[in-house]
Amino acid sequence: MSDVLILNGRLADPASGVDVERDVLLQDGRVAAVERPGGLAGAKAKETIDASGMIVAPGLVDVHVHLREPGQTYKESIATGTAAAAAGGFTSVVAMPNTVPVNDSVAGLEWMLDAARGACVKLFAMPAATFGSMGEEITDFHELAQAGAVGFTDDGKPVLHERVMRRALVAAAGIGVPVSQHAEDTRLTGGCSMNAGPVAFRLGLRGMTVEAEARIVERDIRLLRDIERQDGLRPHLHVQHVSTAKAMSLIREAKAAGLHVTCEVAPHHFTLTDEAVGDYDTNAKMNPPLRAEVDRMAMIAGLMDGTVDCIATDHAPHALFEKEQEFERAPNGITGLETALGLALRVLHKGQGMTVSRVVELMSAQPAGIVSLEGRGTLKVGSFGDVVVFDPAAEWRFEAKRSRSKSRNTPFDGAGMVGKVMATICEGRVVYRG
Amino acid sequence: MKTSGYAAGSLLTVADLPVAEIAAILAATDRIERMSDADRARMLAGRRIALLFYESSTRTRTSFELAAKSLGAITTLVSDKSSSIEKGESLKDTGLTLRALGAECIILRHPNSGAPYLLAKATGLPVLNAGDGMHEHPSQALLDLRTILARVPGVNAGRIDAKTLAGVTVVITGDILHSRVARSNAMLLPKLGARVLLCGPRELLPEDALGLGSAGNTGSVAIERDFDTALRRAQVVMMLRIQRERLAGLELDIGDYIARYQLNEERLAACAPNAVVMHPGPMIRGMEIAGEVADGPNSAIEEQVRHGLAVRTALLVRALGVGGFESVTV
Repeated sequence: MSDVLILNGRLADPASGVDVERDVLLQDGRVAAVERPGGLAGAKAKETIDASGMIVAPGLVDVHVHLREPGQTYKESIATGTAAAAAGGFTSVVAMPNTVPVNDSVAGLEWMLDAARGACVKLFAMPAATFGSMGEEITDFHELAQAGAVGFTDDGKPVLHERVMRRALVAAAGIGVPVSQHAEDTRLTGGCSMNAGPVAFRLGLRGMTVEAEARIVERDIRLLRDIERQDGLRPHLHVQHVSTAKAMSLIREAKAAGLHVTCEVAPHHFTLTDEAVGDYDTNAKMNPPLRAEVDRMAMIAGLMDGTVDCIATDHAPHALFEKEQEFERAPNGITGLETALGLALRVLHKGQGMTVSRVVELMSAQPAGIVSLEGRGTLKVGSFGDVVVFDPAAEWRFEAKRSRSKSRNTPFDGAGMVGKVMATICEGRVVYRG
Repeated sequence: MKTSGYAAGSLLTVADLPVAEIAAILAATDRIERMSDADRARMLAGRRIALLFYESSTRTRTSFELAAKSLGAITTLVSDKSSSIEKGESLKDTGLTLRALGAECIILRHPNSGAPYLLAKATGLPVLNAGDGMHEHPSQALLDLRTILARVPGVNAGRIDAKTLAGVTVVITGDILHSRVARSNAMLLPKLGARVLLCGPRELLPEDALGLGSAGNTGSVAIERDFDTALRRAQVVMMLRIQRERLAGLELDIGDYIARYQLNEERLAACAPNAVVMHPGPMIRGMEIAGEVADGPNSAIEEQVRHGLAVRTALLVRALGVGGFESVTV
């Protein structure tokens, strides 16, 4: 008997160019068959999902989450964070290394990826690019890649020193994985807690400038060009959570020039502006910060024209007591796994006319491609049975108190969402039912 | 900025203060000032007011305390140096403790912008913002307004509306970037029709400051970098101290700054011989202002301090919902 049979849905599998009614059969954790409606009439399964009126898509992939384990499990754990992922339609997540201690060793990576952690969706990790994410000495990329690293990053901090970043790009190029950069020139952002501009001025808060993001993006792109010319390698730079129009246009130019640059945009950066800080709402504080309307529109333009490769949440849980502080003292970050699809469909599909299939592509096939997840981000026969079934027309309100995450730090409590996850299936196991 | 969700009688910002409310505060100030000491001392007799100060202060703390005492209130001062704040107690817990001890209103000075919002939300008590970081100093702007109404010729202080300060140009000069006084004044005075001219070098006055202006106001906010040009248009000139403690690595050529922006006798006589000179204090004589000007006939600096005491009595009465503000508080 097969694992799961999904009937009567509309299959959106951009990787195979399919966007029509199809029935899907999952067996032994893989996609066993994809047939025209009725084509699987004889099949029997332990579980049958009636997906009438629903989209059946590859499980979503998030290349940027903070699961806080080890070290800060009062904020989140691998088990709770991946439960939130499942509720948001994600079947693969990539954990950032800024845990306590920093994930910079094979032992640390293996511990994190161990089944004993209780991940309910597929967990991948990007270990630190430098020891302790101190930005000085690069970690052992070869060893870590063999242990499962899908990229390297010092996320939360940039790799500031040019020669260190160059070394990291060269080392990663040899393995074929990206260096994922948090683009922030921290020499320009000391003491800053939101976007620079009239709102920050009025609130009396020091602001992070557009230049602080753009300067690092500009430098890293220059390094790519130099390495291609001088070393004959083709390094892959992944720019995390792009937030400014200026950085977006630098990335657009670099892509046009043929360099291997990819980038992600977070839902909050295409949904909100710095006005959302309002009365010092610490749930609207993250890094990079919410920017001006012109930047928000540039994120949407980048998503529409293909400059942006994927949507990533930067899911960053923090405990209530940490966010119930003076704005400048509160930590950066918001949760995002359970609101990403609802915001993407609301803002990009309903608001901008992007097709549902394209939204799916930006949240599955393309992020899977960035970190080379074989057999994920698609529902071709033979690939992993990672599926999300969602009602693309359902309109609902997100309630933070119903979140699967341990933390509640979201600016989207009560916000309107479009598209509701009805089921999430990871390697043939139903991990969430809406 | 919305203030719903905060106790009525709170004063966190001037940004959302309607003109009618400004008029009511000024009218209450006049009423309380005219009262006999004995009548005044009955207004808040036995009411409990906490002063919570995370930053040093001379004028603001003393005048709030004297204002509260003149109204008969019981005050208690908590400062970060001599309390459990030193042991790491959060602002929220400090506020809840004061509330549990019977505080009915908290006056807060804090080095972080926005801290009064956090306290007001956490305690549900009326909170008076006595200066938060680089954000606002609402009671200072109100006392500055009262000083302007008293000193500038031709202004009808008896009628407070959107045109009361029409035709009046107020020049604010100096470290605008770090100044909560500048922000509050630039947001308050244009509501009554004043034109606020901000003046200073780019490092201390970014273009983003123009965002303090609001389309709904009869007055306006503009930038004029040349001090002499600004002064020639001024009926009022407010000088601000350079806030060395907040400069954060910014380097200024002090000699050049003094040459371009110090208010001295020659400059005042040449450009604005009749202007009212104001300073929120603390002032650094010989830096932004010459001693002769601070002590000269144009100066309203000591009057500002006296108006501060008066305005703060009205703000306390408003916070606790008495003396004409009964409808404000539930």
